[in-house]
Amino acid sequence: MTIVDDIESRTAPQPDEGRVIYRHRIATRVTHWTWAIALFFLLLSGLQIFNAHPELYIGKQSGFEFENSVLSMRAMQAGDGSVDGYTTVFGHSFKTTGVFGMSGPADNPSYRGFPAWATLPSYQDLSTGRVIHFFFAWFFVAAFLVWFVSSLISGHLKRDILPSIADIKALPQSFADHLRFRFHHDGRYNGLQKFAYAGVLLGVFPLIILTGLTMSPGMNAAWPWLLDIFGGRQTARTIHFLCMAALVAFFLIHIFMVVAAGPLNEMRSIVTGWYRTDGKKNKEPSA
Amino acid sequence: MSTFIVNRRKFLTLAGVAAATVPLSGCDAFDTLLSGQSPVRNFLASANSLTYRAHRMLIGNDTLVPEFAASEIRQGQRPNGSTDPTDADYLALKDTSFADYRLTVSGLVERPVSFSLDELRNMPARTQITRHDCVEGWSCIAKWTGVPLAHILDEAKVKSQARFVVFHCYDTMNLGLQGAVPYYESIDLIDARHPQTILAYGNNDKSLPVANGAPLRVRVERQLGYKMAKYIKGIELVSTLAPFGSGKGGFWEDLGYDWYGGI
Repeated sequence: MTIVDDIESRTAPQPDEGRVIYRHRIATRVTHWTWAIALFFLLLSGLQIFNAHPELYIGKQSGFEFENSVLSMRAMQAGDGSVDGYTTVFGHSFKTTGVFGMSGPADNPSYRGFPAWATLPSYQDLSTGRVIHFFFAWFFVAAFLVWFVSSLISGHLKRDILPSIADIKALPQSFADHLRFRFHHDGRYNGLQKFAYAGVLLGVFPLIILTGLTMSPGMNAAWPWLLDIFGGRQTARTIHFLCMAALVAFFLIHIFMVVAAGPLNEMRSIVTGWYRTDGKKNKEPSA
Repeated sequence: MSTFIVNRRKFLTLAGVAAATVPLSGCDAFDTLLSGQSPVRNFLASANSLTYRAHRMLIGNDTLVPEFAASEIRQGQRPNGSTDPTDADYLALKDTSFADYRLTVSGLVERPVSFSLDELRNMPARTQITRHDCVEGWSCIAKWTGVPLAHILDEAKVKSQARFVVFHCYDTMNLGLQGAVPYYESIDLIDARHPQTILAYGNNDKSLPVANGAPLRVRVERQLGYKMAKYIKGIELVSTLAPFGSGKGGFWEDLGYDWYGGI
């Protein structure tokens, strides 16, 4: 705890401790839950859309008569006649039967990229996948614009999201604390948290929106520069997919940390805004 | 150190509780809500009108999509959907290399007309190297040569009530119980008059192959592939899409795809 207190005194004035503080403004909470719901549907419908052509490429077009594929998930027949699902990454194939390329009951398998439990609808239905995706995409983008403007005005962006010099200097210690499960809860974000949130909110979110727009032939007319900055429509599609994977990884860590940090207190703060900080006398680092 | 152990135990308990909820998110839970003509699906699909309006506001009516250098043509145009129609009237035309083909222009026009392939080839032509985007996700760059649809519309003199161009096609798609259903498509007059919207009779410096829609297909470069009808029999100017198919404006639209395919 002494180490933690040292960092506290170095980085900022001592905040109120062991009290209930107003941590999340209404804009933060509303956009958080809009994103949570929208991203759930965007992910599952996005995997449905991916399954319509479960292959990714680098460049302006998809190579059917030349090679520019970087990832594919397909069922293939081996020499002995047995069929398996294979995931091919940069030319290296891995047998992924049951998950990627081929999944479902052994006596009646489906040949599909992602399995039924990962897509919406569960069966193959590209048109419905697109309907769901573009409905929730509007909410996702709207929430992003609301969050960005309100965070800019309220100072949330500068105060809580963008890492300061002190945050960067304290990063090794913050990293070590996380590895030891040693969290301190004063209501403010530590360096690692700021990097994670800044990376997602100011990095992955804009990137996944812009690469999504780059795939629209209509938007290619309006904003052709999108194609230039992302290196073509098929590269944009690949980046869109990688952003998805990054958000899934962020989600898993996010939930892990919420559970580790005291899920009831964390949940209360993102629903009501009110958060209980660690008391000075309370030696237990996690409430 | 003791605090760490307590926390870890608490953490593991809660993680177990959280993990137990995961199987509840099985996606077939939503299947009924999203099937066919469910009100939920129809509501979600209304976002397409918003996208359409947003694009019409954001994208200038005559704004062109990027065109590519000849060096970007690295493969033949990948065919999809119907690739070899077997309908009798089409086969009869194909047998004579489409010598008897006539494109009819009907509906809300002052002057219903029809054109042979030679007449179309002698009209002002436009050649463009563009990227074809399939709704499935793949793209293919190819060269297309044809007559601007705007030129055909001017020849026929479109009446002011007309709002859409409907493309009637020779190819039929087999839908099981419903039997063979003719392909058709529709676009608004903004896309119909767009400079890159052409009735193409040439692909990659050759006559349009059968697999790609011979003798005539439309290129609607700011939308996806399913909007670009192949094997065009005639075009009809209309004020409403209700009388055609199931009334959604196209073969794939009747099966649940969005009418506006610019996204």
